[in-house]
This record gives sequence, structure tokens and C-alpha cells, in this order.
Amino acid sequence: MTEQRKARIATASLAGCFGCHMAILDIDERLIELMKLVDVDRSPLTDIKRFTRRCDIGIIEGGCCNEENVHVLRDFRRNCDVLIALGQCAIMGGLPAMRNAIMHSDAPLRECLDEAYITGRYIRNTTHNIPNDPALPLLLDEVYPCSEVVEIDYNIPGCAPSGDVIYETLAGLLSGKFRGFERDKIRFD
Amino acid sequence: MTGFSFTIDGVAVTAEDGETIMEAADAAGIYIPRLCDHEGLRHQGSCRVCTVKAGGRSVSACTQPAQAGQVVENETPHITKLRRDLVEMLFHEGNHLCPICEASGNCELQAMAYRLDMTAPTKFPYLEPCRPLDASHPDIALDTNRCITCGRCIRASQEIDGKGVFGYVGRGIHRRVAVNGADLADTDAAITDFAISKDVCPVGCIIRKGIGFATPIGEREFDSGLIGHKIEEKKRD
Repeated sequence: MTEQRKARIATASLAGCFGCHMAILDIDERLIELMKLVDVDRSPLTDIKRFTRRCDIGIIEGGCCNEENVHVLRDFRRNCDVLIALGQCAIMGGLPAMRNAIMHSDAPLRECLDEAYITGRYIRNTTHNIPNDPALPLLLDEVYPCSEVVEIDYNIPGCAPSGDVIYETLAGLLSGKFRGFERDKIRFD
Repeated sequence: MTGFSFTIDGVAVTAEDGETIMEAADAAGIYIPRLCDHEGLRHQGSCRVCTVKAGGRSVSACTQPAQAGQVVENETPHITKLRRDLVEMLFHEGNHLCPICEASGNCELQAMAYRLDMTAPTKFPYLEPCRPLDASHPDIALDTNRCITCGRCIRASQEIDGKGVFGYVGRGIHRRVAVNGADLADTDAAITDFAISKDVCPVGCIIRKGIGFATPIGEREFDSGLIGHKIEEKKRD
């Protein structure tokens, strides 16, 4: 027997800037229509930190730059039927992935941290230490797109995707009518 | 010159002797995707994005002369998939981070990805090469992370400017575009060169300093229409 209930959605921001979450809010008044169809479970929008139950759709902003990102992403994959990578960082690494190659170094992570905390011209770091508190998640050697860590079902491109594209994709998925993007709606910026 | 006709995806197209398939298609308002070809420059046929089937064989439309009665396939699912694979490999071969690139919205590589429905990551690994940035010239910068080695700047500099500022070095996957000197400031490149002009570099490799974001993201060339729509509009007239 089919259970009549609202779809449950969870969201998370990994190595992103929260711009994609702001773009979700760009759905504007259509959010009222959307909220008639969905409940928001774990998400920064609800401040719920753990899954209360299994969700239908998980939305991931940002790629993976540290071990906590990987942990959260795997948790989303385990607890969501459909996983969406939202925005360029989740899809291909985005801005944080600059540290993978553009540092021109054999040890790009080391050089990145040195410049950010020790050798950079405009920093005031009196301890001359790179933060190493045990509570800080360990950084990964590189920034990874979500699809290199778990299986991703849908990708919504954009930096950030427009509220229109996010709304149309979610509405399409909820009604079972999503058939990909119109070519003139695809943006990587 | 004598005219003859052939077909592209079943549509009759007329051509003159010596015209390439692409030139005839452009005149007829049929867009064949291309990256290394640019109007006014010698055809090179290296990017293979313009691959079509002519008489059942894969040829580059920018170099292949049209022939009377030829049957050309352009926008079939098979060819579109092949072109998308080529464009995806270009994205994976360099460092093409659209969100940080000042060419975003004017970039032909990006616009080709839009046109070919490239919305998801692929099975290919990102090679993430370490490539140099040359900001030595007072008016021009080169960010070779974004270069797709189409060679349009090479041909423009040689044929139009008569200078030879750019050239290929290396072979195979190691082939790169290099400048004729220690760095760009060491060459006779000038901001007024055709090779440096906006339309020659299809990506964000050749950068004209000081004007980067004069046109904001969202109001740029390919924000108003898919790449090739200007050619396709000719057909509607």
C-alpha cells in the first residue's frame, strides 16, 4: 500500500560557500508551493544536524576537501534515495579545486597552507603555526568532486544555479517528470 | 565556379567548387560545431569537434571539400555523443574552472558544453596539469591552464598579423602553444594584434588586461543564445 506523505528532503554544504543554499532561497515565493510537497529534514535551513529518518532527496553543495566532508557525503548517500550534486563545486570541485593544480607545486596542500598561515604577505599570524587542533577535520590531499566519493544521481550545474533551475528540477523530480535540462538553461557560472 | 548540391541531415545544400562542407553549411544556415576553426583563418581540422559523417566516413567538416551528391550526417545522436566526449576530454585535460574564469559566458569551450548537454561529470579523470601563467606583458596575460591548443592564435599571428608570436612546441598530449621568446613581453605581441583580439582565443587563455569584468557574468555573448545560433538564424530568414 502506498503511503501518502510529503517527500523528505535533506541538504548539506560541504566545501562550498553556501551560495548554492542561498540560491535555493532564490526560489522565492514558489518555496510556499514547494513546502506543500516536501518536509525538510537534516539541513542548515532547519538546523537539524542528523537524519531523523530516511529521506527521498539529498541535496549536496560543495565538493570534498576534508574527511568530515567525506563522512557527511557518505551519510547522505546511505540515508537518501536520490542524491543531487548542486552547483559546480559539488559537480567538479569548483573554486576549492584551485588548490589541486594551480599552486604549481609538488606539494600543493603544504604550499597552500604555508601561504595562508605563514608566508602570505597580508596575514597576521603571531604563532606562525598552521592550525592543528585535533578537533579540526583533516584536509584531504586534493579537493574531490562528490561523484568521485559516492554515486550521484543528478547534477544541477551553475555557480550558483539559478532559483528557476533548482525549482524546476526539484518540481520535476517530485512529479516524476524531470527529463534533463533545457540547453539554454545550462550554465557553469 | 560551378555550383552543385549535396545533403546535410537530409536537407539539400548548394556549394561551389572547392568549398568545404562547413563553409557550405554556414552559408545554408546549418551550424556544425567547431572550436579550432575560425572565420578568416586557414582551416586546421585538429579539434575534430566538427566531425561529420560524409558518405559514411568520419571527416572534419572544416577541411573536407563538399562533393556533389554527398550525403552528410551532422546532428545525429551518434555524432553528438562523439562531440560531447571530445569536449569533455578537453575539460579534463586542462584546468577549466568556469566559476573563476573571466572568459565565462564568452568562452566557446563552455558554450559548446552547453550546446552538447554536458551537465554531469564523466568517467574521465581530471588531469589537473601544472601550467604556467605569463603576465609579463603590460597589456596581455596568458593563462595556459585554459589553453585547448586549437592554434587559432598561431594562425592569426602568422597569417593576419605577419608576426609569428605563437607556435606549437612538443608532440602528442605534450603539445602546447608557446610564445616566440622567453616570455610574452620578450615578443613583439601588441594589444592591437588580431591574434590578441577578443574572438581569436576561444577560451580564457589570452587575457586582455584591465577589461576583465567590464561586461558582467550573465550578460555575455553566450548568455543570450546557444553557440551557433547566429548561423542558424540565417536559415529562418
